Amino acid sequence: MDTLTKAIAKFKGGVKVPHNKNTAEFESVFMEPPKIVTIPMQQHIGGVCKPTVKKGDIVTVGQVIGDSEAFVSAPIHASVSGKVKGIKPVLMANGQMCDAIHIASDGLPVEFPEPRPIEINSKEDLLRAARESGIVGIGGAGFPMHVKLNVSEETPIDTLVINGAECEPFITSDYRESLEYPDRIIAGMQAVMKHLNIAHGVVGIESNKPKGLRKLRDHLNELADLDPTIDVMEIPSLYPQGAEKMLVYATTGRKIPPGKLPSEVGCLIMNISTISLLQRYIEIGMPLTHKRLTVDGNITQSKNVVVPVGTPIGDVINFCGGLIDEPSKIILGGPMMGIAQFSTELPITKQTNAITILSEAQRLPEESPCIRCGRCVEACPMSLLPVQIERCTRNNDTAGLKKLNVSACMECGCCAFVCPAGRRLVQSMKRAKQLEREAAK
Amino acid sequence: MNKLPVSISPHLHCGRSSRSIMLDVIIALVPAIVASTIIFGFRALILIIVTVAACVASEYVTRKILKRPDSIHNLTAVVTGILLALNLPVTLPFWMAILGGVIAIVIVKEFFGGVGQNFVNPAITARIILMMSFASQMSTWQPPLNYYMFRPDVISSATYFSASQTGQKVPSLLDMFLGIRAGSLGETCALALLMGGVYLVARKVISPIIPLCFIGTVVVFSTLLGGDPLYQMMSGGLLLGAIFMATDYTTSPITRNGKIIFGIGCGIVTVLIRFFAALPEGVSYAILLMNILVPHIENLTIPKVFGEGAKVK
Repeated sequence: MDTLTKAIAKFKGGVKVPHNKNTAEFESVFMEPPKIVTIPMQQHIGGVCKPTVKKGDIVTVGQVIGDSEAFVSAPIHASVSGKVKGIKPVLMANGQMCDAIHIASDGLPVEFPEPRPIEINSKEDLLRAARESGIVGIGGAGFPMHVKLNVSEETPIDTLVINGAECEPFITSDYRESLEYPDRIIAGMQAVMKHLNIAHGVVGIESNKPKGLRKLRDHLNELADLDPTIDVMEIPSLYPQGAEKMLVYATTGRKIPPGKLPSEVGCLIMNISTISLLQRYIEIGMPLTHKRLTVDGNITQSKNVVVPVGTPIGDVINFCGGLIDEPSKIILGGPMMGIAQFSTELPITKQTNAITILSEAQRLPEESPCIRCGRCVEACPMSLLPVQIERCTRNNDTAGLKKLNVSACMECGCCAFVCPAGRRLVQSMKRAKQLEREAAK
Repeated sequence: MNKLPVSISPHLHCGRSSRSIMLDVIIALVPAIVASTIIFGFRALILIIVTVAACVASEYVTRKILKRPDSIHNLTAVVTGILLALNLPVTLPFWMAILGGVIAIVIVKEFFGGVGQNFVNPAITARIILMMSFASQMSTWQPPLNYYMFRPDVISSATYFSASQTGQKVPSLLDMFLGIRAGSLGETCALALLMGGVYLVARKVISPIIPLCFIGTVVVFSTLLGGDPLYQMMSGGLLLGAIFMATDYTTSPITRNGKIIFGIGCGIVTVLIRFFAALPEGVSYAILLMNILVPHIENLTIPKVFGEGAKVK
């Protein structure tokens, strides 16, 4: 079975975004530890971690510095070696205050300890390893991985779907993972499938990354005993192909009903870099302390750079030669769903996979009145009516909103991307959801 | 702390603007404008320019008075002006055309909130008001290729409908296709209108659903009633209405099924008027009537959300 599998289904809607995968051939480079890292105690959905170190403590890379009793949480590790300078609240990009541990780096390069392979013999071992690795999903919420892997017996999973779509413009960090560590990706899949008793595995990668597809396929073919249960699938290059529902539809032909989880259609979804990191933890026992970021856009040197979690955005930008224009918009994530940052002092977190820099010249068009052209309706991958939702939202018409299924909106931004009137439709979607929550009270 | 520009995602835009869409509509109307000038003479072009000027000026002045931001640059007033002119007979006195432009923009569009807010098509509504106010001037048909500038022929030429009703000679199919027949400025040349329609669909300005459903319904329904399908398709204002007026964004449904219902509805009403009403032509009234139903059609055709009703384990 040498040929690549083609996608099973193509979702309606979506938009063709410019790919801008300028950094696709840029091998990952390591950034030296910054002078100081700021590690927030909440980098995932669920329970906030409590610091397990105090001011003045000496910490080493990979040491647990924050943990929580809550089930939905993941421990947080030191990403540099050095001295804890203090534990102070910081204002995060989402507008919330969060305690953060500030560590002054001793400036020594990361010294990887002797590999300590983790032995995995059961589902429990796997879940424990997943928790101890500190890995969280990179999709918006940052779901702790061990929670996701803890699949219930009542909804048996038959397919492990690996998300390598990377449909956001600019970002190539997952693509680099598939080129640099194809063995880890496949081995990670085999481990998860074995211990969670999942029959099939499929890696979905967009057709604009033929080398990544080829690399994984070739690696599968080279394995001593060819694993027939794993597929590498070429899926259409159409934004937002990497969204959970679109990905499951493309790779399995199954539709996840609104408000339901992928597990209810028998699927477990993991990001391609996430599964690779899990395998890395199993192999060498080193938890998640560093992230690969694609730094691209209006920056002096575009790079794929591996940085310690907690590095200030500004340090990464300086490492990439600095901004070309000031002021520029600095976005954590890609340009479609990433969040514009108000300060370069904010830290890189476990969920960050890119820094995208856009100049003033690339600013969005001014808003003008909606002409009801319906392009947002055509573009919406969830088949919603953004134009109607916006109208109801502006009129505070909660009764009208009820019929429009706003809760199904994933804020992918297709509607606003195509809107000729430049309407900030995602803002309206967020406001609509808020109105619904208020009305429900 | 350094200050950085922030905004809601997405941070990219496709680059298409309302203005560029309207520019495409204007480009699509160029063949019809050229054809009307060839068929009805230079006065046709002057009439178009006068109507456009009236629309643009009244939008500018109204928005100034109402203290609304200027919206001339989005070119919607230009499109309304051209469409209104294409729906007028070449013999119409200029002041009536100007009045039509003022009605379209001030009353139908701006009084209801301006671009995107009007619930009926401004050009069509203005045309209907002119027809009711100046019935004879609005149905004085100049024979084609019979140029004049200031003194119209007193002879009023027959349209396909009036000719077929009174037993006069009807134009040949080729003449119908090329537009060598009596009628409003822009409605006669099927060739020019179809060229414009293909351009709009190719540039993704309009979806072909409404024109196809509208024209298809007229063809099928009128054939069932004993009409000649090709003549029915190319006569009156059907092509102009179906391609350029019924597809008006603001006054047509945004849902796919809504567009189908809207197109079929326009077709049925057009045929009913053509065959059973006292009026010879019904495209304008059909579109106006369906415009009013748009909010209801949209409410009835809210699409199923992705995955709704899909099976779970």
